[in-house]
Amino acid sequence: MSREDVFQKVMEIIKPFVKNEDVFQQANESTNILQDLKVNSARLVDIILNFEDEFDVEVEDEDADSVNTVGDAVSLIMEKLAA
Amino acid sequence: MSNENTQSVRLNRHEVLALLPQQEPFRFVDEITEVDESHIAAHYRFKPEADFYNGHFPGNPITPGVILLESLAQVGVVSLGIYLFALEEGLAGVESKLALFVDADVEFSGLVSPGDKVFISAEKVFFRRNKLRTKAMMATEDGKIICSGTISGFRVDR
Repeated sequence: MSREDVFQKVMEIIKPFVKNEDVFQQANESTNILQDLKVNSARLVDIILNFEDEFDVEVEDEDADSVNTVGDAVSLIMEKLAA
Repeated sequence: MSNENTQSVRLNRHEVLALLPQQEPFRFVDEITEVDESHIAAHYRFKPEADFYNGHFPGNPITPGVILLESLAQVGVVSLGIYLFALEEGLAGVESKLALFVDADVEFSGLVSPGDKVFISAEKVFFRRNKLRTKAMMATEDGKIICSGTISGFRVDR
């Protein structure tokens, strides 16, 4: 799966929890999930669990803690897919 | 924080109820009948003298849906959370942390009148990264479903 494919899927997974639609429309890898997209921090758990289901990977809690931007999520998933 | 307090402890159903922070007039759990790592069951009888019946609705008292939801959350998120936190971090974990209600997707299918007794049960969906989600249900004594859905709590410092 290409980085672009993973990015698109990550965006789809994040979308239902986004509060700032305008920023989401122009989001890129440096967009911060909590601060820019205004996702509720308690929803990060839902997002991580959806990553696991969608990409069939396991994300440890420590790995999940390192996810701040959309790009962090894409990198983490790329890493897991390659493992 | 002593070592003893942070040791994993398996609370019984009475201890869980005693640790539930919600008190009168905002406690909507009478008794916890079952609790373990994956589920919890409890019941509650809505008090006919509860103040909200005066306004919801005048001359036609019906328990508000938000109160039913609160009852679901007090059992399915807060009480089960207390049990799980104690298993993880002992009594220190229960005393310093609280599961705050963060999301819900619930359907209402029945009415609850003053004095009705309801049975609440919840099955754990997941407990990860401080978030507890359960599939919760409230039913009448004869098993008719009043409301059901998923509710979640997030562990925060008290």
